Amino acid sequence: MTLRARISVPKTVAAGSVVTIKTLITHKMETGFRRDAMGEAIPRDILKRFECRLDGALVFAADLQPGIAANPYLTFQTRIERGGQLEFVWTDLNGERHRETREISVAG
Amino acid sequence: MRASAIGALVVAALTAGCAEAPPERTLAETRDGREYQSADTQLLETDAFANPGYLWLDRGEALWREGGDQSPSCADCHGEPAALRGAATRYPQVNATGRLVNLTQRIEQCRVERQFAPPLPYESEPLLSLTLLVAHQSAGMAFDVSIAGAARVHFDRARDYYYTRRGQMNLACHHCHELNPGRMLRGDRLSQGQPTGYPTYRLQWQTLGSLHRRLRFCNEGIRAEPFDYGAAEYVALELFLAWRAAELPLTAPAVRR
Repeated sequence: MTLRARISVPKTVAAGSVVTIKTLITHKMETGFRRDAMGEAIPRDILKRFECRLDGALVFAADLQPGIAANPYLTFQTRIERGGQLEFVWTDLNGERHRETREISVAG
Repeated sequence: MRASAIGALVVAALTAGCAEAPPERTLAETRDGREYQSADTQLLETDAFANPGYLWLDRGEALWREGGDQSPSCADCHGEPAALRGAATRYPQVNATGRLVNLTQRIEQCRVERQFAPPLPYESEPLLSLTLLVAHQSAGMAFDVSIAGAARVHFDRARDYYYTRRGQMNLACHHCHELNPGRMLRGDRLSQGQPTGYPTYRLQWQTLGSLHRRLRFCNEGIRAEPFDYGAAEYVALELFLAWRAAELPLTAPAVRR
């Protein structure tokens, strides 16, 4: 699974502030409901789960469904009390994972 | 006798003049395709993070630096992609061998002749990504194509194509894109059909696509036989459209419905 992700996270924030995290990833999100030109069903191929963790603690998670468009764009907010490593994991139907990490630090 | 001789001279002078005269513009004012999109789609295009086209731009930047032992990378010859600012505005153009080529075909030529790499399929993701990377460097600039000299025959042929009815619907390009832009065609709003945002991310395709893919879609829409990707007819049409876009700035990657 060679996916490409874009992630927007501020590098440094004030302790206790609410930050917006944006993620975008390439994936065709094939629904499983479509048929090809020969009438054969195109197998479902979607990202099933997205998780964001800060040093192992779950920050945000989403279950993705076949109705979600290709190249899913997820944006969410979280309160950051301390800095650390943010880990982003997308998992597809076969359990294959795409993982990205970003550092975030707290000023003051 | 004398009058007719003068008449013949005037006709000769007029025809000679026509060959060099700049062609007449039929659009009073040009408007970017973005202006015909819904507010949501426009926001998606102008948001430099959420615009999905940037996923392909990232891929293009990675490919730009990719080379092999026997194969130089784009960066080895050109340096940074920004060095090609303005390049996209000058395509399609007639190359050294006398063939009219568009930006994608020029990149393909570089790939085969300078990188000794096998050609990529026209609508493949790597070729689209590289085309987008180079087109993006000219964002904000207007097309500056030459329609003089060897290019003029392609231009004239494409302009004829643009105003000729075709397909089961018996429609020419200009029926939608010059006589009716802004009006609804079932669920979609007709635009002027400007080529400035390509390669474009189309929500209907759920992926990035070339101008030729859009032209094929237009042809299918009016139930006319589409040409192949990279066909000479489409490259000539690209030249006409680039000239017709006049002062409109390039905006790739655009987002369309």
